[in-house]
Amino acid sequence: MASTRSRIRHLRERLIELILLLAASSSVVITLGIVGVLVYESAAFFEHVSIVDFLTDTQWTPLFDDAHYGILPLLAGTLVTTAIALTVAIPIGTITAIYLSEYASHRTREIIKPVMELLSAVPTVVYGYFALLFLTPLLQILMPELPGFNMLSAGLVIGIMIIPYVSSVSEDAIRAVPMHLREGSYAMGATRLQTSVRVIVPAAFSGIAAAYILGISRAIGETMVVAIAAGMQPNFTWDPREPAETITAYIVQVSLGDLPHGTIGYQTIFAAGLTLLVMTLVFNIAGYVLRKRFREVY
Amino acid sequence: MEDIKRLIAKHKFYDGIFAVVGLIGLFVGLVTLTALILDLAVDGVPRLSWQFFTEFPSRFADQAGILSAWVGTTLVMIVTASAAVPLGVAAGVYLEEYAPKNWFTVLIEINIANLAAVPSIVYGLMALGLFVYQFGFGQSILTAGLTLALLILPMVIIATRESIRSIPSPIREASYALGATKWQTVRDHVLPYSTGGILTGVIIALSRAIGESAPLITIGALTFIAFLPAPPLSAEPPFVSFQWLMDPFTVMPIQMFNWVSRPQAEFHLNAAAAGLVLLMMTLVMNGIAIYIRYRFRKRIKW
Repeated sequence: MASTRSRIRHLRERLIELILLLAASSSVVITLGIVGVLVYESAAFFEHVSIVDFLTDTQWTPLFDDAHYGILPLLAGTLVTTAIALTVAIPIGTITAIYLSEYASHRTREIIKPVMELLSAVPTVVYGYFALLFLTPLLQILMPELPGFNMLSAGLVIGIMIIPYVSSVSEDAIRAVPMHLREGSYAMGATRLQTSVRVIVPAAFSGIAAAYILGISRAIGETMVVAIAAGMQPNFTWDPREPAETITAYIVQVSLGDLPHGTIGYQTIFAAGLTLLVMTLVFNIAGYVLRKRFREVY
Repeated sequence: MEDIKRLIAKHKFYDGIFAVVGLIGLFVGLVTLTALILDLAVDGVPRLSWQFFTEFPSRFADQAGILSAWVGTTLVMIVTASAAVPLGVAAGVYLEEYAPKNWFTVLIEINIANLAAVPSIVYGLMALGLFVYQFGFGQSILTAGLTLALLILPMVIIATRESIRSIPSPIREASYALGATKWQTVRDHVLPYSTGGILTGVIIALSRAIGESAPLITIGALTFIAFLPAPPLSAEPPFVSFQWLMDPFTVMPIQMFNWVSRPQAEFHLNAAAAGLVLLMMTLVMNGIAIYIRYRFRKRIKW
């Protein structure tokens, strides 16, 4: 009697463990799904367009009669907006992290941190509205010839949007630096600034690098802000004052129209998506290598 | 001696400068947030009325409302939550309580970390290829809900794991000592004590999902919807209907995007009003999450 019950109980335990394992495996399935769909549809795309054309042609006009499939204009748009965003987010995010963990009082930190987190909770379409209808008119006062759609204002807003990603991960890394390193530095007569710059930031560098990589991933993948504020015209330029289309904005533009399933126009968005995924992957691998190299163990 | 004094004074001065720079850095974020909310409020508040919530979108800016958008957002969130929460919590429990240390567990962990870095629009492309065409779900509420569920799954898993990890192991050992099985320990002790943390994580994840529009545009959400999905309850048998899962939809951020990308300034006012409603939704959800975290932290004392 007892043995049957214990066998049932054992069986149930195994069954539950199996169900939980399946749930945990779902993340692997999602990854396979993402890579599978992108590669499958892109493969069909690359049957029509050679990879060399895709990477070197300077025009992106897939929906015109005279179709050109050069990703460079979209890539330039993505890189320019990302670069602007990072010139905002990396200095401000790092300084904020150092300030919050080394300078601010406990109370200030407890109040400021949740408010900073709200910056990343604001829906991106709201940021797009803000970039197009608030920041651009403001910038036009300084630069009267700035067009209504431009990469500058989109990039700046993305930068502010990703400050919390950079600052909160950096701050965690900075706070993980052992107290005795700080005390040693202070005992030598260093100021807080000297301690921060020469002791703490180098010690926390691998974590700070991870924060930067996260920021870069966010900036590359950001969609709605650029779709709203940077315009939706492919434009091969490195000038941030001009309107241009990013990879993500192109995907949105095509999705808003009604492209039939299976056409080459439909496949272009998957090729664009694959490019996007490869870019974030490259940055993440670079970040991983950096973290390995600069890891400090205490 | 004079030299040393000067050196100290110089470095103290630099230190002071950095303190000011740090404050300015903080203020950039705070000022932007304030400017953003004020900007939305100035343009949007005059448009907020009962009618704005009960009208469908329209060609005429002053008659347009967000009825189909907020209903769509609510339904999509129901699907998202019912898919992401069980799956994410189960995965989190497995990884914290059951997983052996082997290559497969490591693979899953690396995977979850990488998924969090994948741009949201890529999830939309995956859903377009898989859910819309391969599985034949179409451009429906079901597809949208599942897409957002996959998007927030890593967040739910990470929140669950952190919450479970904070439970001291004597709790588990006491349970095992009384003869409880692993599942009984998880069900009766681990999960109840970590509910607060999990709930906080889930609400924050959902507040992110509510503002997501890129993946939903990719799967082909319509921007102009002047009807509601089929009602889930009806007077005739079988009373409950799941037809709404397959209906086309729009959501709040897409409605706002539609209005903001029109050239007429009157529609921009509607966009501001919709943005204000959307912002309030996310802020209220974040507020609830912070409150729950606070309450649970106070109640449980180890």
